[in-house]
Amino acid sequence: MANKNSLHKESIGLKVVIYIVCVILSIMSLLPFIIMFSNATRSTFEIQQSAISLYSAHPIQNLIKNWKVFNGKSFDPATGFVNSLIVSTGTTVLAVYFSCLTAYALYAYEWKLRDAFFGLIVGIMMIPGTITMIGFYQAAYKVGMTNKLSLLIIPAIASPNMVFFMRQYLQASLSMEIVDSARIDGAGEFMTFNRIVFPLMKPAIATQCIFTFVGSWNNLFVPQILLTKKEKYTLPIEVSLLNGDIYQTEFGSIYLGLSLTVLPLIVIYALLSRYIVEGVALGGVKS
Amino acid sequence: MRNKKLVDYGKFGYIFSIPFILAFLVFSLYPILYTLLIGFTDLKGLMTTEIHVLWKEPFKNFATVLKSNLFKKSFSNTVIIWIMNFIPQMGLALLLTAWFTDRRSKVKGQGLFKILFYMPNIITAATVAILFTQIFGYPSGPINAILIKMGLSEKGIDFRLTPSRIKGVVAFIQFWQWYGYTMVMLISGVIGINPEIFEAADLDGANRVQTFFLITLPCIRTIMLYVLVTSLIGGLNMFDIPSLYAQDKGDNGGYTVNMYIKDQAFAGAYRYNTAAAASVIMFIVIVLLSLVLFYIMRDKDEAKLKKLKKQQLKMAKSRKAY
Repeated sequence: MANKNSLHKESIGLKVVIYIVCVILSIMSLLPFIIMFSNATRSTFEIQQSAISLYSAHPIQNLIKNWKVFNGKSFDPATGFVNSLIVSTGTTVLAVYFSCLTAYALYAYEWKLRDAFFGLIVGIMMIPGTITMIGFYQAAYKVGMTNKLSLLIIPAIASPNMVFFMRQYLQASLSMEIVDSARIDGAGEFMTFNRIVFPLMKPAIATQCIFTFVGSWNNLFVPQILLTKKEKYTLPIEVSLLNGDIYQTEFGSIYLGLSLTVLPLIVIYALLSRYIVEGVALGGVKS
Repeated sequence: MRNKKLVDYGKFGYIFSIPFILAFLVFSLYPILYTLLIGFTDLKGLMTTEIHVLWKEPFKNFATVLKSNLFKKSFSNTVIIWIMNFIPQMGLALLLTAWFTDRRSKVKGQGLFKILFYMPNIITAATVAILFTQIFGYPSGPINAILIKMGLSEKGIDFRLTPSRIKGVVAFIQFWQWYGYTMVMLISGVIGINPEIFEAADLDGANRVQTFFLITLPCIRTIMLYVLVTSLIGGLNMFDIPSLYAQDKGDNGGYTVNMYIKDQAFAGAYRYNTAAAASVIMFIVIVLLSLVLFYIMRDKDEAKLKKLKKQQLKMAKSRKAY
């Protein structure tokens, strides 16, 4: 009995440790963003006095003042936002549709080069796009295609990671009988895919949409090299401008600029976090 | 019967793959080959488009890169920062996994904890880098404000002064962004383990710690290796955070390979050729790592089956020969 009791005590002790650690980690996740949002409403002087405080003498006025400061300089979040939205939406739509189509080709049909093609996809899955950047840039430069947002979007048609994921999904969930019955009803192959198979893949599409969108939204390396004109900058490039000398001491407006870029992501995450966290696990490994 | 039908439809397999293949050839394969080609040429300087292959000493650029002290430094920086972030990341993720998947005592509110731990991962790395530049700011950033208030430091610490401080902060940011992801991956691995194995362990009287080290860990070995190799490949491509936080500060202590490649090609003398050579070197490293990954992740049953089939085929052939 005594033994059991001490065991019980031990597990309570462990529980306390677990919760303390979890709460500390939660604070660690949230604190930078709390500091960011609160300092966005504070004046540079207030931040210099005490960088970690929720207090602001005139939050609204400071917010407007901070906004005016960066509006007068190179940072242009509205343009960046629109460009990022175009690139991320385009990338997501193309990547999802064509990955599903390619995955369907790999799953539903038997063709000679199928296994070789699948091997190729698996083989190139791990190669990051940044590695080929020099050749990509030079080729784009030769044909005058730098500074075109479309060049950030169209390559998404070939997204080997997603093809791999979609094929796994089809294998687990699509029975060929559905396809066969559509054929008997006289539907063409392309129509069968568009009308029947594609809608059936919705759950997989939803998780992949989120990850593609966020990944594209956050991309800095490739756009930073391809886009040199200001009006074409995406949001991460705009953000990187906040690091420049002209903002050196404008702490309030740096925090405000950062807040503006984080806000859409936090809203999306608040709405979809459950699917996102579950989706990570789905996308990772096949089994 | 079914097979015959599929053969009739086979051409659609090709047709539906055409967009992928075209995009792959134009936007992936061609740039890879072109990068490789540039690595063997004299292409440098802004606005240059003519290239000449260095027939006399084809590997000149590669030699230049491999001999370059800056490249060596950037490579070792990249690997060191990755190790500094990966070890605590994996450790914490494993600990949290053990806690969150313990079958005897459920941690309440773990759904919320998971969501919070994973959150930094979806925030734009560029934003995170600049936010932390502010947070670790000197002399009046929030961290220094806390340190001074608590009396741990008199005038605050300049976190970008020395190479080791820079590496420490960059590694911390990477750790902060990625431990939640690793945890979610590991938890999904544990959930995938057959519960009967745990029940058997219970029956044998294994305690918590024993169960974790002797059952759970070996069962999620594959997923851990997957995380390890993908993290290493991602780590070798580290760019956003070091380029925005570390820049060339602290004696280039946070200068990574991708920063080297970008600076070679798009700053100073516009040396596209050495940048391409450095890319090719990294490409080779990553391909080797991927091969390791596929070897780890291969479907062992399927591999066995294939081997068996091959053997049968051989036997059948040899019989025919007789």
